Amino acid sequence: MPHRAFFAFIMPSLLAMLLFIALPIVSVAVQSLYVEHERVVTEVETCAPFAGCTTETRVDAEATEKLRDAEPLGRFNGFGTYLDRNHLATAEMNAILTDNAGFADVASRIYNLPFYRALAFTLTYTFVVTPLAMLLGFCIALGVNAIPPFYKGPVIFFSLLPMIVTPLVGALIIYWMSSPQGILGATLQSLLNDSTLSLKSSAVLTWVTLLVYGVWHNAPFSFVVFYAGLQTVPHDTLESAMIDGANRWERIRFVVIPHLMPLATFVALVQLMDNFRVFEPIVGFSAEANATSLSWSIFNDLRGQVDQLFGSAAATSMLTIVGVVILLSPVLVRTWREFNRR
Amino acid sequence: MIVNKRRRPLPLTVLSTTFVLLWVLMAAFPFIWTVWGSFKVEQDFFSRDSWWFAIEGSRTIAQTGSAFTGDGYYGAWVLRDFFSSVVNTVIVTLSVVVVSLTFGTLGGYALARSGYRYTFWLLMLALVFRAMPHITLVSGYLLPFFEMNIWGHLPTAIIVLVAINQPFTLWMLHSFFLSIPKDLDESAMVDGCSRFQAFRLVVIPVMWPGVITTGLFSFLLAYNDFAVTAMLLSQPNQTMVPKIASFLGTIQQEGNVMFAVAAVVSATAPLFVLVMFFQRQIVSGLTAGAVKG
Repeated sequence: MPHRAFFAFIMPSLLAMLLFIALPIVSVAVQSLYVEHERVVTEVETCAPFAGCTTETRVDAEATEKLRDAEPLGRFNGFGTYLDRNHLATAEMNAILTDNAGFADVASRIYNLPFYRALAFTLTYTFVVTPLAMLLGFCIALGVNAIPPFYKGPVIFFSLLPMIVTPLVGALIIYWMSSPQGILGATLQSLLNDSTLSLKSSAVLTWVTLLVYGVWHNAPFSFVVFYAGLQTVPHDTLESAMIDGANRWERIRFVVIPHLMPLATFVALVQLMDNFRVFEPIVGFSAEANATSLSWSIFNDLRGQVDQLFGSAAATSMLTIVGVVILLSPVLVRTWREFNRR
Repeated sequence: MIVNKRRRPLPLTVLSTTFVLLWVLMAAFPFIWTVWGSFKVEQDFFSRDSWWFAIEGSRTIAQTGSAFTGDGYYGAWVLRDFFSSVVNTVIVTLSVVVVSLTFGTLGGYALARSGYRYTFWLLMLALVFRAMPHITLVSGYLLPFFEMNIWGHLPTAIIVLVAINQPFTLWMLHSFFLSIPKDLDESAMVDGCSRFQAFRLVVIPVMWPGVITTGLFSFLLAYNDFAVTAMLLSQPNQTMVPKIASFLGTIQQEGNVMFAVAAVVSATAPLFVLVMFFQRQIVSGLTAGAVKG
């Protein structure tokens, strides 16, 4: 296809991506260097008879408004926002690292900084949910592969539901069931004989609930892909493995799993990308007191009705994008090498 | 595998069947339970004493006279105007599907038919774009959109969702187009079609399965989105998902949690129907990227 025809065909799509994905990233980068205007303060001197004169400082609402209209971006702040307490917190980190009482102290104090708190949960979620969901999906695929063909359709139908459902809605459904008044929460209470048990009350339980939700939500994707992969496992290899005396487990370990490896890489890549932006579960479970994620911090900065903290949200966004690039870099490097070899 | 199955020992069969049954229960039960509970009153579904009340519905009978009540649905759809957000969702999802398929088929076709190196880089770029968390993009939109005065309108959200959807659509349609032999459009062009005519009249008619599958995923993305629609739409233009989220804040205090439960069930119902009718396409779409790509 000649260059001209190619660009004519791809233009609408490319334009949409450049305007609404590439340009916003530039916009985020610019915004992160600015910070909201401070309120314009004027000193007013009021003199009352017999009391003398007092000066008080007042917020000049009109001037503040005018300044904000004239320069909506705010004032230039350089990398100040990145380094402040709500982001990388360099000053606080220095203080913690130079003066602390052991590892536990360092960890707990770092965990109290909003950015690191969000980062901790995001990374935990990404790297716990992805492998567990893949493992569960693989087991389901093996199980479903063995049941009579007649039942496969309905089983696949129900298996798809946790993945297809709107993340916020799925989170709400599980949240309601696991609340102390819901069926799961109440059952847990009676099983453990603890009538005050609430999944919301402690940070650990909230994390566990979110992780379990994540596995529940992500397993079907791995299941479907692995199940499709199982249909293409070569019979000859399986049979020769059997002749060679491989038992059931060895056949799975040395024939099926190597065959599914390329699929597993694909699933892992997609799931890592999706899990890194974990956001809806935190809203659905109202878990922000115990667990926040990078996406949630950005949302929280933008949601403020009076003061939307664009600068702060943009700085977190930039740091998140850096995280995404680091996450993707092994894949990108590998593809680049393979591409050059061709 | 047939040989395999015949020799499967009984304990293993029992174990694997139990496991599958357990998983199906895990996957399906939350939905069945919530649909059932949405026809009860709050004191039954969120019972402080025992969840058995939710099954018997004793408080529902006491309060409304029958074991099932549509009060939650009435409250959500009529009193809280869930209906208008349903209309908005229909507008947004349909437009997103149509526009992103139009853009995507054109682009995917070009990527599949051009042999130059830059197609590889475009696909890699699309992969990076695909990985961008939506909320980071939203934080880039807000200020410019406020300044340009286009914040809050449905078309804005639609075009943003189309753009966010493009990387995925391109990848998927690209792999579908690769499976269609080049000879087809080349022979059409030999017969005197222009490139676009060959695309429109010869390739697209045989591409329908791929287009439908990709359309399903565009639909799901637009339908399930929360980050974009919650931040870019004004109150009257809200779609279902942000509407449900806004229920949560106000409803908990008023004791109308059942409104939210009913709204959640209403929002899930179309997805049930979708999976029921298009299960095969969804499965093939999920695996297309993996097997072919």
